[in-house]
Amino acid sequence: MNADINPKVVVKDLNFYYGNYRALKDINLNIADKMVTAFIGPSGCGKSTLLRTFNRMYQLYPKQKATGEIILDGANILDKKQDLNMLRAKVGMVFQKPTPFPMSIYDNIAFGVKLYESLNKNDMEERVEWALKKAALWTEVKDKLKQSGTGLSGGQQQRLCIARAIAVKPEVLLLDEPTSALDPISTAHIEKLIDELKEDFTIVIVTHNMQQAARVSDYTAYMYLGDLIEFGETSTVFTNPTRKETEDYITGRFG
Amino acid sequence: MFNLYNRRRIVNAIGLLVSILAMSFGLFWLCWILWTLFAHGLPSLTLDVFSQMTPPPGSAGGLLNAIWGSLMMTVLGTMIGTPIGILAGTYLAEFGQRGWMAPITRFINDVLLSAPSIVIGLFVYEIYVVHVKHFSGWAGALALSILVIPIVIRTTENMLRLVPSTLREAAAALGAPQWKVINFVTLRAARAGIITGVLLAVARISGETAPLLFTALNNQFWSNDMNNPMANLPVVIFQFAMSPYEDWQNLAWAGALLITLSVLTLNILARVLFRQSATSH
Amino acid sequence: MLIFSLEARLKRQAAFDLLFRNLTRISAFSVLLLLAAIIFSLVVGSLPAINKFGFGFLTSMEWDPVNDNFGALVPIIGTLVTSSIALLIAIPVSFGIALFLTELSPRILRRPLGIAIELLAGIPSIIYGMWGLFVFAPLFADHVEPWLNKNVGDMPYIGGFFVGPPMGIGVLTASIILSIMVIPFISSVMRDVFDVVPTLLKESAYGLGATTWEVMWKVVLPYTKVGVAGGIMLGLGRALGETMAVTFVIGNAHELSKSLLMPGNSISSALANEFTEAVGELYTSSLIELGLILFFITFVVLSIARYMLYKLGKREGQAS
Repeated sequence: MNADINPKVVVKDLNFYYGNYRALKDINLNIADKMVTAFIGPSGCGKSTLLRTFNRMYQLYPKQKATGEIILDGANILDKKQDLNMLRAKVGMVFQKPTPFPMSIYDNIAFGVKLYESLNKNDMEERVEWALKKAALWTEVKDKLKQSGTGLSGGQQQRLCIARAIAVKPEVLLLDEPTSALDPISTAHIEKLIDELKEDFTIVIVTHNMQQAARVSDYTAYMYLGDLIEFGETSTVFTNPTRKETEDYITGRFG
Repeated sequence: MFNLYNRRRIVNAIGLLVSILAMSFGLFWLCWILWTLFAHGLPSLTLDVFSQMTPPPGSAGGLLNAIWGSLMMTVLGTMIGTPIGILAGTYLAEFGQRGWMAPITRFINDVLLSAPSIVIGLFVYEIYVVHVKHFSGWAGALALSILVIPIVIRTTENMLRLVPSTLREAAAALGAPQWKVINFVTLRAARAGIITGVLLAVARISGETAPLLFTALNNQFWSNDMNNPMANLPVVIFQFAMSPYEDWQNLAWAGALLITLSVLTLNILARVLFRQSATSH
Repeated sequence: MLIFSLEARLKRQAAFDLLFRNLTRISAFSVLLLLAAIIFSLVVGSLPAINKFGFGFLTSMEWDPVNDNFGALVPIIGTLVTSSIALLIAIPVSFGIALFLTELSPRILRRPLGIAIELLAGIPSIIYGMWGLFVFAPLFADHVEPWLNKNVGDMPYIGGFFVGPPMGIGVLTASIILSIMVIPFISSVMRDVFDVVPTLLKESAYGLGATTWEVMWKVVLPYTKVGVAGGIMLGLGRALGETMAVTFVIGNAHELSKSLLMPGNSISSALANEFTEAVGELYTSSLIELGLILFFITFVVLSIARYMLYKLGKREGQAS
């Protein structure tokens, strides 16, 4: 199914449970290094659940558990011995709605960096500038770094969150429907950004919007009711799907 | 059919009329009490009230030592109670999903929230005053702090629960340890609401009389010594109002006006602050 | 080297996590400890009285400091009677206020009126007491009590409750003032639980042509009855423990009389009046036992109240 991929993350026989409910069923999947992989499918299909296993976000909640293996750089991250904070330094995440912390724009970005590195003032300022430039936000906020992050517009807030995530210099970036709360112009901004970011990061994006998946991703996984139905190069999945369910969903007959 | 309809309409009209009357009934008492306070309190609220000590029976004086004592005990009570309340509220909201302790603590706290304050006074008398063998400002502050804790716990927990879980997830996704997530992100996001809770607690204790009767008692003179009996507005008002001397009664009215104004101001301030923070999100 | 220091840093963070979690846990635990300490200290303080009088303390009407003979019946009855009458007045009024604020009030007035009613709860109880003693009681004695004497005092059955000299202070006055004090508590809980009713449910009833009153009685009230009962119990808990307002106007007489116009006593006012002046171990201990009884009663009432409110909250959680 995906022999020609140079994998960054390998998912093997992954199952996920909310209490007794099995939300993911035997998922096997490779995430390509420095590429964009999109997860699509109707609501409740498990695409966000799958994404949230990559940084073990589910561990915040009791009664949620994952079995199987997710191998990142040769180590199984589902292993109990895996240090959660180290994992999350390597795997950054951006959420559906912008989540600026109640602090200044500068501190929003410095917050994550300070967790792992002791930078002096100059280095920190450079890092903040680097991250904001990468997230295409620098020109808009460079004069108001001390102002609260919550005062920015929705699109700017989301780019701030992307800047905050990449400031830690992760290797993998998880985007959970990053544009679902944004207007079309901000969405276009972010999509362009994703295209630029894949030079440095391995990106996994969950999206409701099939056109978006077609526009930004190199690989696409179609999920339904906790099963991975189809996975392949985006161009193939969208133009010549092998499974009928995928075709029905993509052509809008279902979902 | 028509009769039934008419009857329903009349019942409705009567019901609504009664409801309006009930509302007026409530407002009527508020206005009456406030008016009485101003009518009796304002004429007695002279400069002497703020510059003289409480007088012996039948002579003129002020309330300076009582105001000072009330301030000291309220501030100390708040300072003791608030940190415990915030930490415990944080436990209930952030760590309380598993185990037996959080639900029980929450329940007990809600009960203590409305427990009779005079019993708190008795409690502090039993555990503190009896052992040091004299009434003291510290005992008063301790009693007040016990009243502060449940209020702050309740509001802290409520406000933390209003913080969207995505904010916690976002901080955790950066790999932040939980104590940093809570201290730098969630508690900060809930700050305005928690301050509101503290203000409401201050408002509540600054009018409390019953718990001070057996703890701080009273003192006719100026005192900075928290280890001795301490004058405070509520107890002075109680003592002076119940006395047969007109000078004392007038001072009691002045004190009553003072206390009510500060309590109501704190109440309104808390609401305005909370509303501002609620609309800015 | 970098990795090494990072590991040390992560270890330190884990230690901080543990420290912080335990700090909050200890604070939460202190609430449980506080309750245990209150009960323990009150029980220890009342031991002399418990040993001397046993269960007879609860049924004896004696209160004789000179001969060291004490019984709690008069203040217990006083507390229960004043609180019950206060509730009789406060429940319908609070319902009316909650109805007004949720369904009738013009939108602009809703907030200021709601705040005004809540300010009634903010006024310290000592103010209610002073106002009751100096303003309300004299008016009550001059205008209401003579009327009650004349018109109700001769009626069969209930007449006996309204005889006696019009003094202004007494059980009825205390009850009325208590009712004003608990109205804001009950009405604000009622308002909160009425807001829980799904708008869709109310709109469906209105859509059938129901009047406001019918929607209230037949849809909102049945839906929220557990919460409303919880609010009433909460008000009862407040009324039982209220001290200063009652102390000013109840008259502080250790006598039981059928008439509500006569002075009486309640647990909290007996404590407020006598505790600092009590001499002798048995006298003090009897007063502490009174406090223990008060704490026990309010604890039970408030527990029931909270239980009911949780029940409503749970159902709401399932519905949404």
